[in-house]
Amino acid sequence: MSNLITLTGMRMRLAMRNKMFFFFSVVMPVGIFFLYAGVFAKSRPDVVRFLLGPALSFNVMGSFWGLSAALVMFREQGILRRFHVCPVKATDMLLSSLMANYLMMLPIVALELLFAKYLFHVDSLGNVFTVAALATVGIISFGSLGLVIASVTNTMQETQVLNQLLWLPLIFLSGATIPFTALSNSVQHVGLFLPATYLVHGFKKAILDSVAVSGMTMIFISLLSWFILTLFLSSQLFRWEPEAKIGRKAKLYVLASAIPFFVLGAYEAKAGRVIAEEKIIMQQLDNAEEHQSKPDPQKSAPSQAAPDQPQDKH
Amino acid sequence: MANTVLQVENLIKRYGDVEAVRGVSFSVQEGEVFGLLGPNGAGKTSTIEILEGLRTADGGRATVCGYDPAKDADALKHEIGAALQSTALPDKLRVTEALKLFASFYKRHKEPEELLKRFGLEEKRNAFYGQLSGGQKQRLALAIALINDPKVIFLDEPTAGLDPQVRREIYDIIEELRRDKKTIVLTTHYIEEAERLCDRVAIVDHGKVIREGTPAQLKQSSGDTTRIEVRLARPETEATLKSLEGVVECRCLADSFVLHCSRPPQAIVALVKYLEAQNNELVGLEISSPSLEDVFIELTGRRLRD
Repeated sequence: MSNLITLTGMRMRLAMRNKMFFFFSVVMPVGIFFLYAGVFAKSRPDVVRFLLGPALSFNVMGSFWGLSAALVMFREQGILRRFHVCPVKATDMLLSSLMANYLMMLPIVALELLFAKYLFHVDSLGNVFTVAALATVGIISFGSLGLVIASVTNTMQETQVLNQLLWLPLIFLSGATIPFTALSNSVQHVGLFLPATYLVHGFKKAILDSVAVSGMTMIFISLLSWFILTLFLSSQLFRWEPEAKIGRKAKLYVLASAIPFFVLGAYEAKAGRVIAEEKIIMQQLDNAEEHQSKPDPQKSAPSQAAPDQPQDKH
Repeated sequence: MANTVLQVENLIKRYGDVEAVRGVSFSVQEGEVFGLLGPNGAGKTSTIEILEGLRTADGGRATVCGYDPAKDADALKHEIGAALQSTALPDKLRVTEALKLFASFYKRHKEPEELLKRFGLEEKRNAFYGQLSGGQKQRLALAIALINDPKVIFLDEPTAGLDPQVRREIYDIIEELRRDKKTIVLTTHYIEEAERLCDRVAIVDHGKVIREGTPAQLKQSSGDTTRIEVRLARPETEATLKSLEGVVECRCLADSFVLHCSRPPQAIVALVKYLEAQNNELVGLEISSPSLEDVFIELTGRRLRD
């Protein structure tokens, strides 16, 4: 336990001293949030509220980039082998990576919620406890995916290629960037097999419908079991030595780690619940936008009364 | 009588089809500095990494401080310290943070301040690892190796790649540890390092220990002869030079001949007379005691760094 704490502290210190890490983990997530809220939602509070879930998901999912790259860099530079000769276990290294990432990522999520509330005047953030719980499960499970990637790749170049291969479908097929309902029916069904889809959907339900954790147990169980599976795989495949290469077949373990979402995706493809709920959410957004775009009779009336006076008194 | 703290019997390590360690055996006594001397690729690092619990052997037995490195690696790691070859620390980790971090991993540990002072790193306490020179990094590596006050210290090529001045600094540190009666196992391919620092040396080649003993014993085993290295204007045959009076052995190197002589004065006179008769010239002559390099050449037929 003490190794875990000291290693977590070290990882956090190193991360905060790394300009690239600071940019990708702090500046970019906040920048993405302002892109969604300020540009896509045009600072309209009700639209910001709709886009808050995808913005949070985008940043939470990004956890796996930094973790995989840092671990592979440590291995390539021979840093891990220095720890290997000490009484430090692979699980200490892996869990400290996750802990450090979580402790640095959670304040960013909180900051984005505060910006939404006080800068963009979003009246309700929904069920904040569920949002925090989802952020927690999301950060650790996507972070754990990064650990598996680090375990099954031999070089930094391979890591970046695999990161890209996973990142693109995660952001484009999940509703994190393109609205889920804007995707074709067949692509939506592909998206149902991605953990990112459930994270985005979960955030939307927690923020827009104030759904409690108990109202989305399937999402939590899937993300948590995915986390446990990926953490187990990464601990089994962990390598301290730069020259300890892993075979091509072992790279297929990344696919094995997605078993919970194969199961959930198959179930949801049959039930059609997520697709139906996404349509309702989109309809609500359309209605809100329609309502906003209609001219306000109070403002458009040439002889407008004082705002606090009822209209019928004219 | 000193205790045996490290025992290796018939150790074997394979990497695919390559047998890197082929039945290595030796033992190390408490308070002894033991050196594994051999060229690159001789199997020294594989041997030492098996003893540190970093690799598993494919055959043979080893015990370090009473622990089997393959079975009791966790317990063993509390008892040993190591400065590994080709390792690093994160560039943005400060010197003092590194010592505190590694100290935190052990049940018993020395005060980081004490080690900063001992290794002359006080002024660099707040420097990032990436800002240190090669010598400072190696001193920090040695300080970290001692952080848990280990019973056995493994130093894998502790001066490899360092300039001569820094190398001498590291020698001073190791000699200080030797005076403190620390048990040290070091690997090296520098003859002078093994001669200067080690109480006993095992010469390793092609994964095997080919000779073991104190540096003096090893040199004596070379025949207690004087080494005369000569460079000639025109080459001669080894057999001709070996037949000269006082010459016991002759070996041709790249551009010179090494004569091992039982009676050096007679050998030099005989050589000069012979060269005059052959209308050949003596371009250079160097007299020295036999070194471990000579022992290595005698045993393997080639130089250590060939």
